[in-house]
Amino acid sequence: MSCVETIQAYAFRSLGFGERLLPRGEYTLCEHFTLIGSGLIWNVYFGALALMTGFFLAVALAVGKSSPNPMFRKPAEWFIFVFRGSPLFIQFFFAYACFLSLKGVSGFFDPFTSAWLGALIVLFCNTAAYSGEIFYGALLSIPKGDIEAADAYGMTGWNRFRRITFPTMLRLAWPAYTNEAIFLFHATTLVFFSGFPAWRQQGDALYYASYFADKTFNPFIPYPILAFYFILLTLVIISLFGAVNRRLNRHLPQERRQRFRLRPNLIR
Amino acid sequence: MFSYCTDPSTLEGLSWLSCYLTTGKHVNLYISVFVVLTLLAITAPTALVFGFGAASAARSKFLPLRWFGKGYTSIVRGVPDIAFFLFFVIALDQAFEWMRHKVKCPDWDQPIRQGIDFVVCDAAKLPLSTSPQWVHETYGFFLAVLTFSIVFGAFAANVLYGAMRAVPRAQIETAEAYGMTHRQAFWRILVPQMWVYALPGLSNLWMVLIKSTPLLFLLGVEDIVYWAKELGGTKTARFTDYPHPNWHVEYFFALLVFYLCFTKVSEVVLDRVMTRLTKGQATAAGEAQRKAAA
Repeated sequence: MSCVETIQAYAFRSLGFGERLLPRGEYTLCEHFTLIGSGLIWNVYFGALALMTGFFLAVALAVGKSSPNPMFRKPAEWFIFVFRGSPLFIQFFFAYACFLSLKGVSGFFDPFTSAWLGALIVLFCNTAAYSGEIFYGALLSIPKGDIEAADAYGMTGWNRFRRITFPTMLRLAWPAYTNEAIFLFHATTLVFFSGFPAWRQQGDALYYASYFADKTFNPFIPYPILAFYFILLTLVIISLFGAVNRRLNRHLPQERRQRFRLRPNLIR
Repeated sequence: MFSYCTDPSTLEGLSWLSCYLTTGKHVNLYISVFVVLTLLAITAPTALVFGFGAASAARSKFLPLRWFGKGYTSIVRGVPDIAFFLFFVIALDQAFEWMRHKVKCPDWDQPIRQGIDFVVCDAAKLPLSTSPQWVHETYGFFLAVLTFSIVFGAFAANVLYGAMRAVPRAQIETAEAYGMTHRQAFWRILVPQMWVYALPGLSNLWMVLIKSTPLLFLLGVEDIVYWAKELGGTKTARFTDYPHPNWHVEYFFALLVFYLCFTKVSEVVLDRVMTRLTKGQATAAGEAQRKAAA
């Protein structure tokens, strides 16, 4: 099979399109690249959706945690503590077990036991907790003068939050939030190793990489390819978030802008 | 375990539970908690040593060494850590076997990689196929510890490298003004002062390390996740005296609580250590402490 044919057959293998059977015997480099790249679709799917939906819960959690009312503060604190204090791996296992037993109760929970929804929910809660803590930290470090100026203009409540607090919080939190996004994408590789079944061998990039490594007993080809893809993905995230960061900071003089620094200390 | 446990089918309620939780397999589960703790106890100092070595290498004046240090510290930046875990376990295993193969069977003429097989002579197998089960398990655990140390060494190197740069430049300049050599200034001035800058990062790393211990399961070690999975599955009366339906939810909930408690306790202890270490330091936190006391 030529490389073009391989790409045609396997480029969307992880979604169930194209060839059913995985390649056998001697694997070509092209097959490695195509299948692992095909698996990357899942990583992007999980990461992007969890990030987008988790953002809203994260803001709510941050506001809740900084609220003086314990009715809002306590649940937000507990949510953040539970999801940040326990390993993501165990969260996946626990959620999968829960969904599996709920499935017995009602057919409504059927889709929850498959990765596309069940794992997404776990990742959504997880990233909401981590980002919520980041946003909470940013809320605490909003310059006092900004709030006072808002008060002086007579802004209160929702108006003040929407125009002053929220944009400043986002601006301050953005570099750390970029990090969180990168490591969320890394965390998506855990999904198919933690209970959630890869239905018809439709897995993510790491699933295929470890499939190749298992079959060929040679880790030196699939994992560097996986690394290549993830470095590419990381660069894309950094450039996307960098563009947003420039927009958030555009009203500030050059030297006061927040720079992004990659801080690689966030496995979950 | 207890005397009344001889006939489990007659037991009810709490006494059933007390017997159930003390069966041999559950004892294995409790032992695997110590496996996790052992892993932490070995990995943390080893990773710190690796990290220290790499951070000092990254500052070296010798170019290849600096490349090595920088390369090692940056491996963790763009790639998921779990990929490293899966990679290093096989790669290290093969590296060891390859080295032993070169030493023990010099007259072996066939290639080692035959298509999709990795073939070394019998004497070079690790562990030897004749060795008892516990050797296999210990070897697997050893590989896991080494893998954890390499990956977390890279994380620690990042933290320590930053901490070394955070020590005020004037301190080193003063040391040089006193006529200390580069090496003396490093060991006598830089290293003692860098810890207070490194500690927030290192304590964060400790939390991350705790939370990554379940990954041992992926490396083939029989850790708590393995036993929770094993024990929580449906048990029928034919194979066990303690039949029960699928209890995965309960078991994983217990693991969740275990990890939550573990991280919470660590957090409290590390906060205390930090308070203790910042006492009298010329940092913002140290200054705040001084003011609060006054």
